[in-house]
Amino acid sequence: MSNQPSPELEAECIRRILDGEAYLFHSLFQPCEKSVYFLLLSLLRNEAEAEDAAQETAVKVYRNLRLFRGESRFRTWVLSIARNEGLARLRKLQNRREDSLDAITEDAGDFTPAILTSWREIPAEELERQELRRMLREAIEGLPEIYRNVILLRDIEEMDVRETAAALGISEAAVKVRLHRARALLQRTLSPRLKSFAPRKRGLFGWAG
Amino acid sequence: MRIDCRHVWEHISAYIDGDVDANLRAEIDKHLETCEICSAVIDSTRNVVVLVADNRVFELPAGFSERLHARLDREIASGGDSIPHVPGA
Repeated sequence: MSNQPSPELEAECIRRILDGEAYLFHSLFQPCEKSVYFLLLSLLRNEAEAEDAAQETAVKVYRNLRLFRGESRFRTWVLSIARNEGLARLRKLQNRREDSLDAITEDAGDFTPAILTSWREIPAEELERQELRRMLREAIEGLPEIYRNVILLRDIEEMDVRETAAALGISEAAVKVRLHRARALLQRTLSPRLKSFAPRKRGLFGWAG
Repeated sequence: MRIDCRHVWEHISAYIDGDVDANLRAEIDKHLETCEICSAVIDSTRNVVVLVADNRVFELPAGFSERLHARLDREIASGGDSIPHVPGA
């Protein structure tokens, strides 16, 4: 998913947009839109609200484009704007008591992995099964917000630690700790359930004994 | 120094990302040779990471992109006084 244009191309594109070729903004923003949407969905947990916030983010990025100084990647900057948009909306929705931003303490939870004595890999082809995709989505959606965001940016959007830290406004050390815990929580939740998706052992030339 | 399972678990994420120093990596690898449980924990964690990262897991809602770009078109067309045209800037 990490098909980001080079910083040089981005800078050139931004310069042309600011010089009047406004329509180029579509192609500048396009590679970011999926990350923006899922970051907002992870914060807001509501598809319609996340889509609306994503559109608002795109408009804000466009309106403030000349404030982008190129100190971070464009996508990082866009994601921090998306995050601010999402947080502002969350504050308005005050009534979300469970999973509110203050309720999650950094150390809450048990991060011991699920103990398995053997593991048979679930190949990516199994993702053709809707049931598996749903199970994975639900497991991620079930993570506390601070872990969900990090998984989303680091593992799903393949952003590096530095970029993730910048987009979320946290330290690189915090990114690593949260990523570790998020992965541990996912392993715990998913491993026991994923086993049923493991293919039967097959040799190179058919079924093995 | 022999490291135990709990010690290995603390570094699973960094290990998967190749973000542990050579000494620690060697210790963990040595542990994994004889510990079936930790091997399975690392393999399953790595597998989970690969699966959740797949493009097919998270898909945008139908029509999302079209609606977003239509909104941008309206914004751009409105002439926005936000990006004033500065020739030769």
